[in-house]
Amino acid sequence: MPDLRQNGDCPIIIRGGHVVDPSQGLDGPASIRIENGMIASIHRGGGDPGAPDAAEFIEAAGKHIFPGFIDARVYVGEPGAEHRETIASASRAAAAGGVTGFVMMPETDPIIDDVALVDYVRRLARDNAVVHVYPSTAITKGFGGETLTELGLLREAGAVMATEGSHSLRNSLTLRRAMTYAKDFGLVIAKETTDPDLSSNGVMNEGLIATHLGLPGIPREAETIPLERDLSLAALTGASYHAAKISTSASAQEIARYRGDGASVTAGISINHLSLNENDIGRYRTFFRLSPPLRSEEDRLAMIEALANGVIDIIVSSHDPQDVDTKRLPFAEAAAGAIGLETLFAAALRLHHSGEITLTRLAECLSANPARIFGLPGGTLARGAPADLAIADLDLPWVLREEDIVSRSKNTPFEGARFTGKVLQTMVAGRIVFNS
Amino acid sequence: MKKVGVNPNHSPTGLASATKPPIGSALMTDPLSDRFRHRHLLAISDLSADDIEFLLEKSAEAVSVSRQLNKKKPVLQGRTQINLFFESSTRTQSSFELAGKRLGADVMNMSVGSSSVKKGETLIDTAMTLNAMQPDLLIVRHQSAGAVELLAQKVGCSVINAGDGAHEHPTQALLDALTIRRHKGAIAGLTIAICGDILHSRVARSNILLLNALGARVRVVSPSTLLPAGIEQLGVEVFRNMADGLKDADVVMMLRLQRERMAGALIPSVREYFRFFGLDAEKLRYAKPDALVMHPGPMNRGVEIASEVADGPQSVIEEQVEMGVAVRMACIEALVGEKGYPANA
Repeated sequence: MPDLRQNGDCPIIIRGGHVVDPSQGLDGPASIRIENGMIASIHRGGGDPGAPDAAEFIEAAGKHIFPGFIDARVYVGEPGAEHRETIASASRAAAAGGVTGFVMMPETDPIIDDVALVDYVRRLARDNAVVHVYPSTAITKGFGGETLTELGLLREAGAVMATEGSHSLRNSLTLRRAMTYAKDFGLVIAKETTDPDLSSNGVMNEGLIATHLGLPGIPREAETIPLERDLSLAALTGASYHAAKISTSASAQEIARYRGDGASVTAGISINHLSLNENDIGRYRTFFRLSPPLRSEEDRLAMIEALANGVIDIIVSSHDPQDVDTKRLPFAEAAAGAIGLETLFAAALRLHHSGEITLTRLAECLSANPARIFGLPGGTLARGAPADLAIADLDLPWVLREEDIVSRSKNTPFEGARFTGKVLQTMVAGRIVFNS
Repeated sequence: MKKVGVNPNHSPTGLASATKPPIGSALMTDPLSDRFRHRHLLAISDLSADDIEFLLEKSAEAVSVSRQLNKKKPVLQGRTQINLFFESSTRTQSSFELAGKRLGADVMNMSVGSSSVKKGETLIDTAMTLNAMQPDLLIVRHQSAGAVELLAQKVGCSVINAGDGAHEHPTQALLDALTIRRHKGAIAGLTIAICGDILHSRVARSNILLLNALGARVRVVSPSTLLPAGIEQLGVEVFRNMADGLKDADVVMMLRLQRERMAGALIPSVREYFRFFGLDAEKLRYAKPDALVMHPGPMNRGVEIASEVADGPQSVIEEQVEMGVAVRMACIEALVGEKGYPANA
């Protein structure tokens, strides 16, 4: 993890830009003064921040400045599959997308379910990563669904949440106890929900397109049935529960209902499910095989609405690097997942340009909300916060080319996609970690 | 070119006249072969109604070759055909083998299920290995939908899909159509009932697309657990019982029921399935008296079809096998013969 004490000598002034920081209700011209890797002051209206003699200036006229994005769901290949992605390469991909911190899934080899492994990840990140990397832990040992991991010790060691990765926890009693116990240690339980029986051998959304392609389908109920169980248990135990990757309007409705009844429940969605639908699979394009599967266009529009009206709290990339060995296969045999750290913000901006989601709401879902839900530093440009930020040109047109991808794996569903708006500079703890 | 898609917006009228060969030129070397400009035969959904008509005409001509004493029509001498079957199949593989040999090609059979795949080689690696041996044609069957298309993208020769998962089996649909035409004349206007396990059937998907493209009224008859989602939107009428589904049908096409479906709780028992969905003489009476009985084989007697019907006077099941060789000869020649796709010439 970057050392916050470096670069302490020379203050940095970012001036002339438009700052979007929902954490302080800021959406207008402002100057930012950075000292010792922290936000020293912010001057609304863009007035002179009182530069000391030896200040360094970043001219941001015509640019937008956001709190650095926090991506709460990132799969990394290290340890175990370094040919797909290392912590270092994922962090460079993150920096290229304005992501200054991400939560790393425990779905590695070995599975992160032990204090020593959390410690190992943190040391790797400290030495190699250019952005903040927050480890998470499995809820049960080896995702086995039976024995709890040492949630208290893991929390102390730096795990910011507990999750079973892409696995559902079938045993309701184990989940109830995990929730009850995690609550005492203030650890959020974050889960994807897929009923393994109901989804059976399904590989894409159930419906006409799956029928036409001859592929087994996954019904929406495979997501909502275990989600309803999880929400019931969250209400029962009072635990903080995060529905990590929802894809159907029924899921959003259930979350809204439980939240209305006072349960401590939050929800996330992957940018893919806001940007793409099942039609994009075309003829067996495996980069579009995702979990949960891409749904219909109606579902996508319902998800955008749930994001706009506050039911969905955060947007994640669900960055999941896969290589030729797991993707250049027949659709049903290919692994699920797509990379997304670099395109998270650009793809999200499409929702701003189309008028579906305001810029402040997008910024909130990408920064303040994930920081609040998982208790992470950052997500704000308030005085005293770490100087983690992204400077973007919202109108810059660009096309994603495979050769420009920073991530070690190239399985993006956005290859050849046109975007409007790009992160130009990313700063972590006052240091520029990406400069296009 | 118009494709047969999810909602085939076809116009069966006008087709026949546009595709009839000029009198006297109905030989396999006729200029009509210029009309088939496909490199691969992967799916019926890639074909226009014109393409289908062309292949059926060519197939009808190929029937006579197999009925001669000398069963050779050596137009593919020196060409190499490799049958690459990732899923074992005696019938389809021998049909393709005979078709290639009757056209004079050198035919090699590879049963991959038993060799390199078990050593961890991927589909693409296997394809690249074979491709390096410079074949002119690959006939591929694979258990995963889309696998044959994926392979076709990576090789330098023509590829025929001999069945990919629950997606398509185009030559089966063509041979079914050829068989029907020999008995009923045109396909347009016929009522054709496809009965049984639609959910897992590539034969059903290819047949629905092809028969719709040629203007038939297609029905599917099946318990709801064996129907895929959204099937109605593929342009078929859906029936859940044989009495209604077979009423006034011109053709009754039975599908094979795989016994392992019972384990997935899709049907309770073979006995129950046969009682409600198995074709016996009694249920066949719902159809027209001269209705054809068809089955792609191999049959489960006493499961989806009773012997009295399978061996009865209305059955054309053996003829389907004969037409299979003719259709495959026509498809192979259309792809890699003299007038085939330019890259292969």
